[in-house]
Amino acid sequence: MGQTISEKIISNHVGHKVYAGELVISNVDGAMASDTTGPLTIKAFKEMGGKKVFNPDKCALIIDHAAPSPNERIANLHKMMRDFAKEQGMRLFEIGEGICHQVMVENQYVKPGDIFIGADSHTPTYGALNAFACGVGSTDLAAVMMTGKIWLKVPQTIKVHCSGKLKDGVTAKDLILFLVGKITVSGATYQAIEFCGEAFEGLSLASRMTIANMSSEMGAKTGIVHPAGLELDYDFSAITPDEDAKYIKTFDFDVSDLEPQVSAPESPDNVHNISNYEGTKVDYAFIGTCCNGRLEDLDIAAKILKGKKIHPDVRLIIAPASQSVLLDAMSNGTMATLIESGASLITSGCGPCVGTHQGVPADGEVVISAANRNFRGRMGNPNSNIYLGAPATVAASALEGKIINPKKYLI
Amino acid sequence: MSSINTIIEAKAHVYGDHIDTDRIIPGKYTKTLDLSTLANHVLEDLDPNFNKIVQKGDILIAGINFGCGSSREQAPLALKQSGISVVIAEDFARIFFRNAINIGLPVLEIGKHTIQKGAKIAVNLKEGTVTDITANKIYTATKLPDIMIAILNEGGLVPYLNKNGNYTL
Repeated sequence: MGQTISEKIISNHVGHKVYAGELVISNVDGAMASDTTGPLTIKAFKEMGGKKVFNPDKCALIIDHAAPSPNERIANLHKMMRDFAKEQGMRLFEIGEGICHQVMVENQYVKPGDIFIGADSHTPTYGALNAFACGVGSTDLAAVMMTGKIWLKVPQTIKVHCSGKLKDGVTAKDLILFLVGKITVSGATYQAIEFCGEAFEGLSLASRMTIANMSSEMGAKTGIVHPAGLELDYDFSAITPDEDAKYIKTFDFDVSDLEPQVSAPESPDNVHNISNYEGTKVDYAFIGTCCNGRLEDLDIAAKILKGKKIHPDVRLIIAPASQSVLLDAMSNGTMATLIESGASLITSGCGPCVGTHQGVPADGEVVISAANRNFRGRMGNPNSNIYLGAPATVAASALEGKIINPKKYLI
Repeated sequence: MSSINTIIEAKAHVYGDHIDTDRIIPGKYTKTLDLSTLANHVLEDLDPNFNKIVQKGDILIAGINFGCGSSREQAPLALKQSGISVVIAEDFARIFFRNAINIGLPVLEIGKHTIQKGAKIAVNLKEGTVTDITANKIYTATKLPDIMIAILNEGGLVPYLNKNGNYTL
């Protein structure tokens, strides 16, 4: 019987063919936790009798959610992580090195065909790499670090096939917002998603990460982009589904006429064409996060903002996804363009997206954000409203002081 | 043996669909190991009164996709610390569901229900039944996989691994 990508990857890790619905204890290739989940992971690891992490070269801790520390309480939690990493001989990614998912990919902690478990809900991002990547909480992660294994149910897979090429000015973020709107925030709960078709084949690794990242906004266990067209700077053998693989559901969309998409408060699946929201006044624009803080995201914003000033009533915050992204954006001139337009640069990390510091909106303010979540209170103030869009939409909206289709600046 | 009570009878706090983890415990409060901080802010953006009225042993009831959003284990920890003894929903987001079991907070998935705020509820964890005493209606919960029952019976994943050293199916 044919297998999906997830079934194949899990089969490779348990040593025999498995199919959806089976409960397995699988070997894991790598694991990571952030500063939101890491301290509880360390506590649980010690309490459950953990002595050594299963593979210090493939386990990592990343300080990104509240970096640099905004207060003494969090500073002490960061210290706890540094001490634990040193004691275990595993790498700790320091403040400013980047967002967990970005640095895991850049530093090859995860590769095609791997099973990777992260204590962060956006761990499915690595599905861009043709890996089976799953988010868990702290205690599960502690158990992975101790045993090198995880128990899981082999998921059923939803196939999402998109034909057609995206129009100029329409990007991967618009595509995934569109899909989240169609499939809904609970439409893929417990299931895997396979993204395939022409619309995905021409996408860069960065764009594929944007797609896979928001699998979690549909409740999915993992979301894997079909490897057709995937280019990496090392050799890899791609895992593709069998032709007779069994899918629980198949979606088929022609996205050649797709317009930029916006997700309105206060759920990521509240998605409509941008025309529904054009003219909505914005106070605050944000480009960054594990969803859209990569070089191509900053580049497209710079293309729109080059030689111009953002609207006087808007503040624009930029958080590059990693130090490496920041350096690239410095050397190609993008960062200078953004700052000259009036943008404010903050430390690489999760920043305002998780509402801890570095840009909490005021009461009644409207935010246009390139992040992946707009739940009430997400950015730290339950009395603000968050709209989600592509980096191009965020940049154009920062320029005009209202939500606007970025098309005219890009074509 | 189990640190979990298998028979619970208590008052229901009832909320709707898609209660996300930001609403259960906002991100700004999650960076702590102090459970009382979590309990002090539990559900504050959903129901600012919850923290004042919740009593030890109370039951939280919700609609579909409870606990969607982030992987923060602080969400079930905050509920447990506030006194909630069991969470019952039509269905759950997967990470929340695992997290709850892992920290020893029972969760039951009962599908569509009509339980009203303030109802008196009896839960039999062993049988997997939820009785709405007020409305005289019985719901049967989806059976947990054996490994989850084993983890819950030990009181969570920490005591489970302390005892077993590894996973067994």
